[in-house]
Amino acid sequence: MLQFILKRLGLAILVAITVSFISFSLLFLSGDPAAALAGETASGEDIEALRRLYGFDRPMLVQYFDWLASALRGDFGESYYFKLPVAGLIFDRLEVTMLLGVCGISFALLVAVPLGVAAAMRPNSIIDRLALFMSVAGQALPSFWFGLILIVVFAIKLGWLPPSGTTSWQNFVMPTIVLGYYAMPAIMRLTRAGMLEVLNSDYIRTARAKGASEVRVMFKHALRNAIIPVVSLAAVQMGFMLGGSIVVESIFALHGAGYLAWESIARNDLPTVQALILIFSMFYIVFTFLADVLNAWLDPRMRSS
Amino acid sequence: MTKPLLSVQNLTIDIPVGGGTLHAVRGIDFTLDRGEVLCIVGESGSGKSLTSLALMGLLGKRISCTADQMDFDGTALLEASPRKMRSLRGARMSMIFQEPMTSLNPAYTIGDQLMEAMLLHENVPRSKARARAIDLLEKVGITAAASRLGQYPHQLSGGLRQRVMIAMALMCGPELIIADEPTTALDVTIQAQILRLLVDLVREMNMAMILITHDLGVVARVADKVAVMYAGQLVETGPARDVFSQPLHPYTRGLLHCIPQPGKTARGEPLGTIPGIVPSLVGEVEGCVFRTRCEHAVPACHAAIPRRERGDHAFRCVHEDGHAPDDTRAKEATDA
Ligand SMILES: Nc1ncnc2c1ncn2[C@@H]1O[C@H](COP(=O)(O)OP(=O)(O)O)[C@@H](O)[C@H]1O
Ligand SMILES: [Mg+2]
Repeated sequence: MLQFILKRLGLAILVAITVSFISFSLLFLSGDPAAALAGETASGEDIEALRRLYGFDRPMLVQYFDWLASALRGDFGESYYFKLPVAGLIFDRLEVTMLLGVCGISFALLVAVPLGVAAAMRPNSIIDRLALFMSVAGQALPSFWFGLILIVVFAIKLGWLPPSGTTSWQNFVMPTIVLGYYAMPAIMRLTRAGMLEVLNSDYIRTARAKGASEVRVMFKHALRNAIIPVVSLAAVQMGFMLGGSIVVESIFALHGAGYLAWESIARNDLPTVQALILIFSMFYIVFTFLADVLNAWLDPRMRSS
Repeated sequence: MTKPLLSVQNLTIDIPVGGGTLHAVRGIDFTLDRGEVLCIVGESGSGKSLTSLALMGLLGKRISCTADQMDFDGTALLEASPRKMRSLRGARMSMIFQEPMTSLNPAYTIGDQLMEAMLLHENVPRSKARARAIDLLEKVGITAAASRLGQYPHQLSGGLRQRVMIAMALMCGPELIIADEPTTALDVTIQAQILRLLVDLVREMNMAMILITHDLGVVARVADKVAVMYAGQLVETGPARDVFSQPLHPYTRGLLHCIPQPGKTARGEPLGTIPGIVPSLVGEVEGCVFRTRCEHAVPACHAAIPRRERGDHAFRCVHEDGHAPDDTRAKEATDA
């Protein structure tokens, strides 16, 4: 197991280095950064001056290591737009996004996994149909529309929850539901399909032949095997929620990192975009690593491969 | 006379399929005493596995199973509550399946799975279950038993896995073991080893066993009773000695003719085969199911077939001794 973790960790670090290089070179892929910085009316001399000031005249590899060293110290440079350190800008907003992501995925898992198990236990029953309906509805319902409906009902009509802001935990209830709801259909379908397949397998029959109760058969023998693909999916969904919660963040006016990324792209604020891409990619890598470790713990066959 | 451990009367299993109902098992009867070994033989698809799953109560809801009687030591298995069935399964009756490669849960260690079989039924400390597991692994011929407990199924070969399955079935010292082709999926070289081991253990622990196998050589060696199954029916049942020395049903004779017999089959002489295939069991099935493949078939085979008994030895055939009278056969031949 330890060997497996170390191997995966090494792999994750390699991927992280590659990704960091790619996000660094984004600055250059989008044209001459000095020219972009100087604006359209700048003279050639101004651009040259900026080039020297920001160090764009040095060899690229030198610039990369310089940038990486700063990034590792938590220094991502200064935002072109806000004229403030990028790190401070991001970390404020990352907190909101992280909280939202963790709540969203937990909510999705807590609803979708039991629902998928229940649906698999009784295929074609009422509960299975309900689950199918929810997943179809979930896929068909756009997040912004669902979010607005929630705001109308729970914030405006009933007045139970605040419609926007980040001041208390209540602000996070509706965004969590909207974000989680988006991830639920896939998790539910995958759990159901996995359970149906596992329940047909010979070792489930063996467990029953031993005299194990249905609950034990479901949760000890079946779920552990059926949940493995769900873990990988949840890791991807979680990464997606961090970067892709822009819609939800804007509906509920939660100024998170997703929203910042959106704004910064529009403003050509390259250091901020670069830092956000790097950070989101690192989260992806961390989640994938954690999912691999969790799966290896769930399925011993993965450890040896 | 004491009551048999297991008595089954008119066991019928129907499966709804696309085009109607598959009458997979059609009214079979047998009994088994404590410590007795019953071998069920018959070709694939004759309903042997379904019969054994029915005894264990593992058929699932989709499959309908009825019987006039299916009692295990006084418990009517078909009427027993799910809780009652669970308390029997694995404790007093165990099953060993045909597929050792897939019958163990890949996520748990051998030790966990062995101990579970005992801890589910007996209120004993884990250390005791562990000791029992080690003891049984040694009994089924696994070396370094203690260190095997921490291994996972994928680390073991098929033969070892089936030994583990046997050990698991024995954890609670059951009175009845049902082994459904326990060696069919294994290498030929270890099939005999594992079967011998199983039979020795059954004898040593004085358990009753239902052994489903294609290996008539094994049947001849270990069976007290033999039941020959064909297309969902027991076409012949009886004490092993009688069935082997005097097979009455044409199908049984065909089966016995398919294996070489010491002293009877000359070297180089071709072995018999039974031509034809098993008929479909979907929809109503009337008369003798074997008639399409039978050398002794006569028009009367389309009608109801009597069950004929000679003491404990019983068979189902229109012919009193399982042979068509010579004149009828001659007539059939000229008709054809
Ligand atoms: N779950 C099932 N659904 C449909 N048909 C089945 C099912 N299980 C068994 N059968 C059919 O029932 C018949 C008897 O099967 P089985 O008891 O497995 O035979 P055997 O063990 O003697 O080879 C076969 O024709 C098989 O195809
Ligand atoms: Mg079978």
